[in-house]
Amino acid sequence: MYQAIVFLPLAGFLIAGLFGRAIGARASELITTGLLFISALFAWIVFFETAFGHGGGTSEIFTWIASGGLDVKWALRVDTLTAVMLILVTTVSSLVHLYSIGYMHEDPSRPRFFAYLSLFTFAMLMLVTADNLVQLFFGWEGVGLASYLLIGFWYDKPSACAAAMKAFIVNRVGDFGFALGIFAVFMMTGSIGFEQVFAAAPSLMDKTIHFIGIDWHAPTIICLLLFVGAMGKSAQLGLHTWLPDAMEGPTPVSALIHAATMVTAGVFMVARLSPLFELSQTALNVVMFFGASTAIFAATVGCVQNDIKRVIAYSTCSQLGYMFTALGAGAYSVGVFHLLTHGFFKALLFLAAGSVIHAMHHEQDMRHMGGLWRKIPFTYATMLIGGLALTGFPFTAGYFSKDAIIETAFMSHSPFHTYAFVMTVAAAALTSFYTWRQMFMTFHGHPHDHHHYEHAHESPLTMLIPLGVLSIGALFAGMILYPYFVGHDVEHFFREAIFMGPDNKILEEIHHIPAWAKWSPTVMMVLGFVVAYWMYIVNPAVPKGLARRNDVLYRFLLNKWYFDEIYDFLFVRPTMWLGRFLWKQGDGRVIDGWGPNGVSARVIDVTNRVVRLQTGYLYHYAFVMLVGVAALITWFMFGGAH
Amino acid sequence: MYDWPILSVVTFLPVVGALLIVLMIRGDDEVAQRNARWVALWATLVTFLISLLLLFGFDPANTDFQFQENRAWLGDIAAYRMGIDGISMPFVVLTTLLMPMCILASWESIHSRVKEYMICFLVLETLMIGTFSALDLLQFYIFFEGGLIPMFLIIGIWGGKRRIYATFKFFLYTLAGSVLMMLAIMAMYWQAGTTDIRVLLTHAFPPGMQIWLWLAFFASFAVKMPMWPVHTWLPDAHVEAPTAGSVILAGILLKMGGYGFLRFSLPMFPDASLYFAPLVYTLSVVAIIYTSLVALMQEDIKKLIAYSSVAHMGFVTMGIFTMTQEGIQGAVFQMVSHGFVSGALFLCVGVVYDRMHTREIAAYGGLVHRMPVYATFFMVFTMANVGLPGTSGFIGEFLTMLAAFGRNSWVAFFAATGVIFSAAYALWLYRRVIFGPLEKESLKDILDVNRRELASLVPLLFFTILFGVWPGPILEACNVAVQAIVARADLAAGAAKAAALALH
Repeated sequence: MYQAIVFLPLAGFLIAGLFGRAIGARASELITTGLLFISALFAWIVFFETAFGHGGGTSEIFTWIASGGLDVKWALRVDTLTAVMLILVTTVSSLVHLYSIGYMHEDPSRPRFFAYLSLFTFAMLMLVTADNLVQLFFGWEGVGLASYLLIGFWYDKPSACAAAMKAFIVNRVGDFGFALGIFAVFMMTGSIGFEQVFAAAPSLMDKTIHFIGIDWHAPTIICLLLFVGAMGKSAQLGLHTWLPDAMEGPTPVSALIHAATMVTAGVFMVARLSPLFELSQTALNVVMFFGASTAIFAATVGCVQNDIKRVIAYSTCSQLGYMFTALGAGAYSVGVFHLLTHGFFKALLFLAAGSVIHAMHHEQDMRHMGGLWRKIPFTYATMLIGGLALTGFPFTAGYFSKDAIIETAFMSHSPFHTYAFVMTVAAAALTSFYTWRQMFMTFHGHPHDHHHYEHAHESPLTMLIPLGVLSIGALFAGMILYPYFVGHDVEHFFREAIFMGPDNKILEEIHHIPAWAKWSPTVMMVLGFVVAYWMYIVNPAVPKGLARRNDVLYRFLLNKWYFDEIYDFLFVRPTMWLGRFLWKQGDGRVIDGWGPNGVSARVIDVTNRVVRLQTGYLYHYAFVMLVGVAALITWFMFGGAH
Repeated sequence: MYDWPILSVVTFLPVVGALLIVLMIRGDDEVAQRNARWVALWATLVTFLISLLLLFGFDPANTDFQFQENRAWLGDIAAYRMGIDGISMPFVVLTTLLMPMCILASWESIHSRVKEYMICFLVLETLMIGTFSALDLLQFYIFFEGGLIPMFLIIGIWGGKRRIYATFKFFLYTLAGSVLMMLAIMAMYWQAGTTDIRVLLTHAFPPGMQIWLWLAFFASFAVKMPMWPVHTWLPDAHVEAPTAGSVILAGILLKMGGYGFLRFSLPMFPDASLYFAPLVYTLSVVAIIYTSLVALMQEDIKKLIAYSSVAHMGFVTMGIFTMTQEGIQGAVFQMVSHGFVSGALFLCVGVVYDRMHTREIAAYGGLVHRMPVYATFFMVFTMANVGLPGTSGFIGEFLTMLAAFGRNSWVAFFAATGVIFSAAYALWLYRRVIFGPLEKESLKDILDVNRRELASLVPLLFFTILFGVWPGPILEACNVAVQAIVARADLAAGAAKAAALALH
C-alpha cells in the first residue's frame, strides 16, 4: 500500500508527461486526478492504521548508493509523522488536481501542467517517506524541480522565468547547507539512515567537529547546517525572497506547493530530526529566533501588498515562521499541528483567491476589486472560513494551532522566548489586519472596476468542491486533532516518530500559562479586525493618508524591506562581475597571455625564421612526432644498456 | 573468460573499419560519402555490441585484470599486454557506446572529406579503447598520446573559424605534459626493470623518486583533465570542434586524465599522492568555483558547457585524492556520468547548431514553442549537469563531497558552493535558449529533433536516469579495484604517520 501511495502519482506523471499529446488533455486530467484520489484514499487508510492502530514500518525497495561505509537505500518509512504528512499531501494534491480541471480549462498545455503536478506530488511523497537523509534530499530537490517547472509554467512571461530561476537558486543556497549537514552526520555517525543516526545521536552530545577552522559542538553544527536547508525550502528570513515571486505560477500551484506542502518540508525535516535537535539548545534557539523574526517580518510586508496572491504568500511566510517558533521551543508536535491545519486553510485561501481571480478574468490587483460577495457568494463564504481560521477565530483550526504556538513561545526556556512571544503576538494582530483588509478590499465596499465586476461569475463545480472540502478541514481539523498534537494523547499518537528529551516538558507547561498570555492572541485578532474595519469600511481615506504621512515606512514595507535590492547589490552583481573578471582577465590575460599565447608567439617567431617550408598546424604535428622519435631512440639506447 | 582475444578485437575492430573505407571506397561523390558513413556506423555498432560481451563476462569480484592478453613485442623491454579491471571497463564501454552516436551526429553536418573524417574517428576509437585496456606502460603511452593526433585533425580540418588557434593551443598544452611523462616512463623502466603495469602496481618506488615521477605524470594528466590553471585549451577546442569532436573530447578524452591518476599516480606513487593531495584539493576547488563563475558569463553555448565540464572534473580530482572508497568510486562514477551528460549536452548544442549555424546564446530564445521534445531532453540533461538527485550527475558529486568532508571540511565547503553556481549558470542558459517568447524571425520555422537525433539522445537520457536511481552496476564494477588502491594509499598513510611519530 505504501508503494501505491507514492508511485501512483509517478505513474500519473509518466502517462501524462510521455503520452499527454497522444491521449489528449481530458484523458491526462482524468488519469492524473483519478490516480491521486486513489493515492489519497490509501493514505487515509494508512493514517488510521498507523496513528490509531499498530501499522507503520519501513518497506525497503532497493539499494540506491552503496560505496565504502555509505549504504543508502530507497525505502518508504511510515510512522505517525509521515502518515500525517501523507494525508495532507495527497488530500490537498488531489483537491488541487480536481480544482485545476476547472481553473486551467482554457490553457493549451494542460497535459504538461497535470504531469508536473503529479511529479511534484511524487517527489513530496518520497520526501516524507524517506528513511534516510539522502532520500530526503532526493525528495527535497525533486520538489524544488517541480516547483521550478510550475513557477515557470507560463514560460512566455519573463517574470515567470525569472521567478522560477530565483526559486531554484535560492533553494540551492539552502541545499548547500543541507548537503554539508548530511556530510557532517555521516562523518560523525558513519551512517545516513534515520534509525542508525538517531541511535547514535546521544553519543554525539560531548563530541566536537572541526568544521571550516572552528571546533564546533557536533549536534549544534549539524543541526544548524541542516536548518539552513530548512530555511531555504521554508522561506525563512534571509532565504525567503523566492516565495513571493513564486506567485508567478498558476494559482493551484501556489495553493499546493507554496502554501500547503513543499514550503512546510523544512518544518517536517526539523520535526523528523527531533532526536538531533533535542541535543542542541543553541540550534533550537536559532530556529526560534528565525521563526519569530520571519513571522513578524512577513506579516508587516503582507499589510501593504495589493496583489491578492502576494498577501497570502507573505501570510504563508509568516505562518511558517510560527511553525519554526514552536519547533524552537521544542514543541515539535505543535509545529506539525500548525503545519497540518495551515495546510488546509491556506490551500483554501489560495484556491478561493484563485476562484476570485478566475471570476475577475485574471485580475489580481485588489484595488480593482470590491463588492464581490454578491457575485460569488460561495467563494466569499469559503474565503471567509479560511480567513477566520488564519486569524485564529475561536474554534476554527487556526485558533487551536496558532494559539498553541504562542503559548509554547511564552512558556519556553529559550533565551529568545520573550522575543518570540512578543513577535508572534504582534504578528497575530497584523495577520488579522491584513486578512480582513484583503476580505474588505476584495468582497466589500464598492466595486472599483465595473466592467470586471459585471462579468464576474461563480466558478464551475470542479473548483467549488475542493473549496467546500477544505472549508470543512479549516473549520474542524483543529478541534478534532487538538488532543493528539497538543493535548494528552501526543505521546500515544506520535510514539517514536517525534523524540522529546527527558527535560523537555513544554507540552505540560503550556497548560499552566497565565490567562492574559493565553488570551492575548485572541485580543490581538479582534484588534486587527477593528482597525481593518475602520480603515477599509468606515473610513476608506485613512490608508492613503497614512501611507502619505509615513512615506518612508510605507516604501520600506512595500519594497519588502529592500531584501531583493540588497541581495542584488551584495551577491548577484559582484558574482557576475567576478565571473566576467575571471574570464577576461584571469583566463584571457593571465593564463592564456603568459601561457599558450605567449609561448606560441615565441614559437611562431622561431619557426618562421628557421623553417619557411610549412606553417601552422602540419608543422607542429611533425614536430611532436620528432620529439617522440627522439625520445624513443634515447630510451632504446638506455634500455639496451640496462 | 572467452577463448578469443576479445579486448584486441574490440580495440582494433574500428581500425578494420577504417581500412575498409580506405581500401573499398573510391572517390568523393555522394555514394562514396554515404558508404563511408554506413561503414563507420556499422564498425562502431559492432564494436559496441562486442564490447557488451566484456560487460557480461566481467566478474566484479575478481581482483585481477580480466580478459588478459600477453604477446611478445620489442624483445624483453615492452610487450603487448591487454587487460581491464573495474576502473577501465566502464570507460571502454562508454567509449564504444558514444562512438556510434558521434557518427550519427556527423551524418548530415559533415559534407567535406567524409571518408577522411570517418577514418579519423575510427582510428581515434581504437586509440581510446587501447588507452583504457593497455597493461604495458609504453603501449599505454603510445595509445594515450596517439589519440591526440586524430583529435588534432578533427578540430583542425573540420572545425570552426578559429580552428588553427584552437588546435595550436591544444598541442602546446599537451606537448609539455607528454614529454615529461615520457621521461618519467623511462625513469620507471630503469628503476623497476619492466614496463608491465601489473608488476609496477606492486613495485615500491623510493619516496624521493615518487615525487618527481608523480609531478611528471601530473603534468600530463592535469592538462588532460583539465585542471585549473591549465584548462584554457578546452573551451577553445570545444568551440571549434565539430559536434562529434566535442562529444568525444568531453565524453572520453577528458576521462583519460582521471583514469591516469587512478591507474598510475595513486597506486604507483602513493607516498607522493599523499604528499601532493592538498595541492590537488586546492586546484580542484579553485577549478570548481572559478570555472563555474566564468561559465556564468559565457555568451557561447559550447563554451559555457566546456567551462562547466572543467568544474565537474574538479569534483573528480577532488574525489580521487581523498583516497577513500567513497571518494574514488564517486570520481569514477562522476567521470562515467559526465560522459553521458556532457556528451548529450554537446549533442543538444549540435542539434540547434546544425539548424541555425550559430552558438551564440543571444541568437536563441523561445525554442520550446517550436521544439518541445528538444526542450524536454535539454531540461533533463541540464538537471543532470546541475546534479539533481535522481539523475546520474548527483551520485558522483555527492560521493566526492562526502569523502572530501571527511578529509578537510574546507574543501567540501568550497566544493559545495559549486552546487549553487552550477544551478545558476545552467538554468540561466536554459532560460535564455529555451524559454521566453519566440520572437526571432530566423527561429520561426526551426524543426524539432528528428529520428536520427533521437537515436542518440534517447539512450543517453535512459542511462542518465537509470544510473541516477540505480548506480549499482558502475559502483559494483569498480568496487574491488578501488579497494586495492585505497588499501595501498592507507598503507602509505600509515607509514607516513609512523614516520612522523618516530621523529617525535
